[in-house]
Amino acid sequence: MRISRRLFIRDGVATVTLALTAPPFLSDIARAQGIRSRSLVVVYLGGGNDALNTLVAYRDPFYYSRRPTIAIAAGEVLQVGADASGKALGLHPRLGGLLDLFNEGRLALVQRVGYANSSRSHFEGTDIWGTANPLSSTGSGWLGRYFDTLPRPLDALAAWNTTSETPRALLSAQGGVPSIPNGSTYRFASPNRGQVVTLERAAAQTMAANAAVDRPHLAFLNAASRGALETLDRVTQATQYTPTIAYPGGGFGVALRTVAGAIVRGVGSRVFWVQTGGYDTHSQQGGGAGGAYGGLMATLGDGLRAFYNDLRNQGLANDTTVLVFSEFGRRISENGSQGTDHGAAGLMMALGGMVRGGLYGTAASLAPGDPTLENNSGDVRHETDFRSVYARVLDNWLGVNSVPILGGDFRAGAPAIF
Amino acid sequence: MSRLDPLIDHLLRRAGFGASQPDVDVFSRMSFGQAVAYLIDYEGRPDDVDARIGRPDHAQVTTRDIFAPDTDINEARQRWLFRMIHTRRPLQEKMALFWHNHFATAYSKLAGDAGAIQATKMMALRPGTLRGPRGQIELFREYALGSFRDLLIEVARDPAMLVWLDGQTNTRRKPQENFGREVMELFTVGVGQHTEQDVYAAARVFTGWNLRRSEGNRRDDVQAYREFFYNAEQHDTDAKPFSFPIYAHGGRTIPERSESQGMQDGVDLLTALAYHPETARRLARKFWNFFVSEIHPPDAAFIEAVAGVYLQNDTRIRPVVHYILSSPWFTDPSTRYARYSSPVEFVVRAVKEVGWQDLSLGTLLTPLVNMGLQLFEPPDVGGWPLGAGWFSTGTMLARANFAATLAANQRAHLVASLDEDERTSQALVETMLDRLTPAPFDAGPRQALGSYVQAIGSAGSSAAQVDARAAGLARLIVGSSEYQLL
Repeated sequence: MRISRRLFIRDGVATVTLALTAPPFLSDIARAQGIRSRSLVVVYLGGGNDALNTLVAYRDPFYYSRRPTIAIAAGEVLQVGADASGKALGLHPRLGGLLDLFNEGRLALVQRVGYANSSRSHFEGTDIWGTANPLSSTGSGWLGRYFDTLPRPLDALAAWNTTSETPRALLSAQGGVPSIPNGSTYRFASPNRGQVVTLERAAAQTMAANAAVDRPHLAFLNAASRGALETLDRVTQATQYTPTIAYPGGGFGVALRTVAGAIVRGVGSRVFWVQTGGYDTHSQQGGGAGGAYGGLMATLGDGLRAFYNDLRNQGLANDTTVLVFSEFGRRISENGSQGTDHGAAGLMMALGGMVRGGLYGTAASLAPGDPTLENNSGDVRHETDFRSVYARVLDNWLGVNSVPILGGDFRAGAPAIF
Repeated sequence: MSRLDPLIDHLLRRAGFGASQPDVDVFSRMSFGQAVAYLIDYEGRPDDVDARIGRPDHAQVTTRDIFAPDTDINEARQRWLFRMIHTRRPLQEKMALFWHNHFATAYSKLAGDAGAIQATKMMALRPGTLRGPRGQIELFREYALGSFRDLLIEVARDPAMLVWLDGQTNTRRKPQENFGREVMELFTVGVGQHTEQDVYAAARVFTGWNLRRSEGNRRDDVQAYREFFYNAEQHDTDAKPFSFPIYAHGGRTIPERSESQGMQDGVDLLTALAYHPETARRLARKFWNFFVSEIHPPDAAFIEAVAGVYLQNDTRIRPVVHYILSSPWFTDPSTRYARYSSPVEFVVRAVKEVGWQDLSLGTLLTPLVNMGLQLFEPPDVGGWPLGAGWFSTGTMLARANFAATLAANQRAHLVASLDEDERTSQALVETMLDRLTPAPFDAGPRQALGSYVQAIGSAGSSAAQVDARAAGLARLIVGSSEYQLL
């Protein structure tokens, strides 16, 4: 493992903090003692983000000729300088929140991330990003395998999925990531009131404690019940959090605020999963700052900006990294309905107090025939293997050896985002 | 003493949605064989359940204005839940659910393509007041126990399917592979039984199987509709070779045909797929999981026997299901409670067993989503992840919380339905376990229920205490792991 001694110790402590089936607020104690636990917040842009309109190569004439109605004018982009290949780049005009973070050096933009023969299926593509294996869309996920490396028993809240379906990335051999889309309904409900509810909860706990050794399927269900009952109070703590600043409304803002509450209250979750959808922009995606895509960008940028500022106000920005991805990028040329179809390589972002901000990788040249393109120059060819970004996160942020988790050494060529 | 023969209870959980009090009255007079026949031969009883929507002694529907289950998807969902609860043909609704998962089609893609009204019509229209072909779920009801080969042909012409798997854009110039691929991989023979070349050939077979819109087609016009249309000039007339036999004599190539005769290509392919021995085995495996067990791997003897019954009966499903329900695999006590309930099976059974007095079915929809299932909205064409896949901490909690909501809602009804001697602390736990029929409780959980009832008030049986105990027990039992098994 190429991890400094300092980092190793720091993460060793954090891992122990997490891995115990902790009494609810052990991590509060840990924090009071100056021991910090790191969090990874994965943000999935569902539907295939049009990366070329997120980070715009606004001096590429083919960007404008191939996107006559949906391009963003050079005068409108939020300039972020030029990448290593000299391409001048600018963020989508509705990403003002992210521009600030970029200028503060806390936002890394990794261009042209993907894999060979990129799947054009939402299902398969999302699953491949989950398994971290371009040849297989089934089996456990990269974060699930990370959990498998932690000592047993794993805390039931080690991961917190804010969507209703468990994403493949979180599937582990051990199973059981709590899905908590709405903290306010993640509570013990009863048809009764007062003391009777306490009695009911005690009865439910006793019932779920039944080992049922002769009926493994019943034991499995009891484990799910126990996981819920054990985590209820900590989740309630997180949802009662009052943020230091206002979050934008909508599902994405609510999810990020809940995640911030969980981090600030120290519930012990190591990985959070957040999703925001609507990126499958086959038609009427809009040009310039407007349209459907402009709305998506505003939701993303404003939400992340609020989240980062809130955690910074709480003194926790250095303990948190946000990783943003989508299952694929989109076609370079717009289609007949002022939208874009499923494409190949896309954009990843990393955001956090310990992130080394800046532009990573090089933008594609959109001139037909250019070697940075593929599929008859219809798509952007990947430059950075997505697994190398995962490797960097695992090795340098979560503090585990990425090689067994990813089934190979993908450190070479990884962007130095930490 | 149990209210029903435990074997009949088992039959009603698997081939229906559990037993309500009215069901108990009907089935308590039957032998097991009579109960199987009653479920299977449902066509002798009228399909009159929709006419009972609105009756005060039935579950209620939530509606903004006039109940419009043909054009509003949430109202279509309520109608289906109503049918599952109150139908006199429970196996028909159960099979409709089976086929809905087998030919998994999601409303949202249809709505994106055609708007909410047209999409709801394509999923759920019951022929009658509005113009247009029947909705997909009606097809599954009609063919619930019918010929699989005929069902497959109907599905290939079904407007919802033609939008869902892009058959509506399948043309001679640009063959669309989506349906051609899934009809083999998911609907019939399964993976590993066909080649990529077969997919290309199947796409060409269905060229011209498109949709046509009614006159004056406006999205928000409730009388507008889409219907199947064989677009002969878009049909690829060349021969199509396959890697498996298409014809009884062993021929593997669908011959070149004229445009006007070209629809026969699809009929030939679907017939071949329906009669393919791997389709027979694949359906047998699915029926094993659906009717017999998700915990025991399929018994090879079961698969061969059921596949044989299917092929000997020209792909008709009624004799297949009759064979399964009468077989020792089904009746053997070892496979009792060996199946995980899906959210909709769980919710409908709980309503049937706890009660539906003044219960609005609209309030079931959000809990179902929290448990991971929205009717008419499978996650993809592969259907829902069944079995253990339904369960996580979040979905388990959602089930327990639904149990709490239902128990609170049925509080008064629950107590009113108990006899005086069933209301004592001693009798109440037994009464509730007997009524709710969960998998057997071990001593520890059983003791927890007893202690709970005792703790609420050893003082006696004031009305409020009986209410609290009955509702609390309903919540604890319906929310228990034991109750999640069928």
